[in-house]
Amino acid sequence: MSAPNPVLRSDGISMSFGSFNVLSDISVSVGTGEIVGVLGPNGAGKTTFMNLLTGALAPTAGRVELLGRDVTRLDTAGRCHLGLGRTHQVPRPFLGMTVFENVLVAVTQGRDVPAADPIATAWDVLDQTGLAEVANRRGETLGLLDRKRLELSRALATDPKVLLLDEIGGGLTDVEGDALVALILKIHDRGVTIIWIEHIMRLLMQTCTRLICMAEGRVLADGEPKDVVESEAVQVAYFGAAA
Amino acid sequence: MISQLIGAVLLGGYYAVLATGLAFMFSVMNIINLAHGALIVLSAYGLYVLGGMMGLPIAIPIMIIVMFVVGLALHALILARASKGGELLPLLATFGLSIILDNLMFQVFGADSLSLAPLVGDLSWASFELPGFIFVGKLSVYTLIAAVAVIAGLEWLLRRTTLGHRIQATSQDRATARLLGIDTARTAAIATGLALATGVIAATALGLRTAWGPYAGSAQLLFAFEAVVIGGMGSLWRVLWGAMILALAQSLAAMIHPQGFLIGGHLAFLLAVFWRLRGGAFSLNRLLGREVRT
Repeated sequence: MSAPNPVLRSDGISMSFGSFNVLSDISVSVGTGEIVGVLGPNGAGKTTFMNLLTGALAPTAGRVELLGRDVTRLDTAGRCHLGLGRTHQVPRPFLGMTVFENVLVAVTQGRDVPAADPIATAWDVLDQTGLAEVANRRGETLGLLDRKRLELSRALATDPKVLLLDEIGGGLTDVEGDALVALILKIHDRGVTIIWIEHIMRLLMQTCTRLICMAEGRVLADGEPKDVVESEAVQVAYFGAAA
Repeated sequence: MISQLIGAVLLGGYYAVLATGLAFMFSVMNIINLAHGALIVLSAYGLYVLGGMMGLPIAIPIMIIVMFVVGLALHALILARASKGGELLPLLATFGLSIILDNLMFQVFGADSLSLAPLVGDLSWASFELPGFIFVGKLSVYTLIAAVAVIAGLEWLLRRTTLGHRIQATSQDRATARLLGIDTARTAAIATGLALATGVIAATALGLRTAWGPYAGSAQLLFAFEAVVIGGMGSLWRVLWGAMILALAQSLAAMIHPQGFLIGGHLAFLLAVFWRLRGGAFSLNRLLGREVRT
């Protein structure tokens, strides 16, 4: 499915490690303001796909476009400056630095146009994500939900146009998951396009305007969440059900 | 006895100033720079040449800038490439660099021992007199003050400045740092430059307290390394305590036996290693400055 006004586009990207093809010819185009869920069994290539989008890996074939610019050869920091943010599946706060410092370093380093007042901007981000109260605690002392909020805060602090979320809902209780969904919708309301890899279907169905299902390094289905979930290919690949 | 203890504490100041650059580089870049001693000796030669022309007070800031630039080059030409090949490669590369530097300095300056002492009047032997007929070398006192100042300065930089946060982020998790827009290669280069710049302070202390020759680097490296291992990683202040313990062990051993000086230091080093290997609060992970993620 192609979007009319793509902010992020992969054009036939493939990735192999040696003779093992992890991704084959993935073409996905994400338009401004979408919340796209990416679903798929373990080993489907979801995280590799995300690593290709951020520039952590270079594809063996194909190109990546960010805001209409070919960024295939641009490094991760460069893509961050253009407006691409990402959170990790397992939160990776900088240890020994406070929550505030974790966010501040992202404000000062991650923006193409420097923030006029980095400290005020960092507080603003923490207010939005609900971490202002724990701003002076060290990252490693936070519980899981707050660590995930910190991942989001740092990504937000770089003022992203597109945000990639890598299984951010994993390990949370239902209530925590709902809190996270509310926060993600709030971020989306501010005009951030979101691509969200997730195992927890409930969270995706609550939020996404579009769903992509991957398996074995290919896109199986791409479209309205309801249609994708009900499609035969997805039922077989994801739920193992013979339709 | 009291005079020996004071002497040991002040000697610890010298070891601390030697070790700070080594510890900084290891904690920030995960590189054990085996050329650390040779680079300090190189700085001492630089101070000798420049100091002879324009005096030490002007030569020191100039050499700090020179060695900072050398650090940028060292990172770009050797360390950045070597660290892509795992943890052993930087070790071998800096070991090779130390051999090249040692012999290059021998080639250029010959085997003669040099000293910076003539450049500073009576500072290298003048002393303060404390009550009880105890004399304390002024130079040793200034060296300890310099060590505390260098460590405090680097700690302030790391904790309070944007550059420091960049360095911390880069040292812990380069992939995430890049994701947040940090130019990790540039940050690591600046950190290397800072480590080498602190070596100029160590070189000043070295050149003023003793005469040195082209191969003096390995002894400086050894003391620095022992101080870092005894102190452990995490905060640069630990280096100061490690250096103090090393100097105390050496001095106490020298009181027991005239030749016990070095052995006492090595013994403290080995005890520290075994203690850390045993686990617990001072486990090997802590020694390497790595906290266990949950």
